[in-house]
Amino acid sequence: MVDQAVNDRIQEDIKSHDVVVFMKGTPVFPQCGFSAAVVQVLNHLGVKFHGINVLEDPGLRQGIKDFSNWPTIPQLYVKGEFLGGCDIVREMFQTGELQDALRDKGVDMENAA
Amino acid sequence: MQIAERIERKLREGLDPVRLEVRDDSHKHEGHAGWRPGGETHFHVEIVSAAFEDRSRVERQRMVYALLSEELAERVHALQIKAMTPDQDRQTEAL
Repeated sequence: MVDQAVNDRIQEDIKSHDVVVFMKGTPVFPQCGFSAAVVQVLNHLGVKFHGINVLEDPGLRQGIKDFSNWPTIPQLYVKGEFLGGCDIVREMFQTGELQDALRDKGVDMENAA
Repeated sequence: MQIAERIERKLREGLDPVRLEVRDDSHKHEGHAGWRPGGETHFHVEIVSAAFEDRSRVERQRMVYALLSEELAERVHALQIKAMTPDQDRQTEAL
C-alpha cells in the first residue's frame, strides 16, 4: 500500500532541492557504510545536497522504497529524477558519468575536474 | 537451502549469465545493523548477461532485485550489484 502523505512529502523533497540523498544517518554522521559512500562522492565533487535521514521516520523508510521501486537505501535524486543507489553512484563516479550527468542537469560542482 | 545458493540459482534461471559470482560479505558487517548471527545478510553479486544489453544501470539492478525479492524480504539486508553485458566484461578484463 502506497501511503499518499509520504508520497507527497517525497515529491516535495525532490522538487525543492536539486540534489537529494535518502540515507541512513545524516551527511555529517552517516550511520551506514553505503550511505557514507554516496556522501563521500558528493562531498568530493563539491556538490551541495540535501540529506534525509530515513532512520528517523519508519514510514519514509518504506515509502521511499515503494516510491522508486528500489529496495535499498541510500537513494540519490537529481532534479527530481532517481539516479541510483550506492553501486550506481560509485560506478558512475569512477567512469566520470556522474560528473557528466550532474553537469547536464545544471548542478553546481565546486571540485569537478 | 542456503540463501547464497538460492540467489545463485534464481539469477542463473532468470538471466542466463555467462559469468556469475555470488559472494557472502556478511563477515565484513558483523555487528552492523541488519547483520545476523550465521551471516547471509550482506552479499556481493557480479553478473554478466546478454539480458543487460540496452538497459540502463537502474534497469539492470531492478531486474536483479525483482528476481531476488523474496530473499531481500526474508533475510538479505544489503546486496551490492555489478551488472555488465558480455562486451563490458571483456573490456574490463582487458584493462
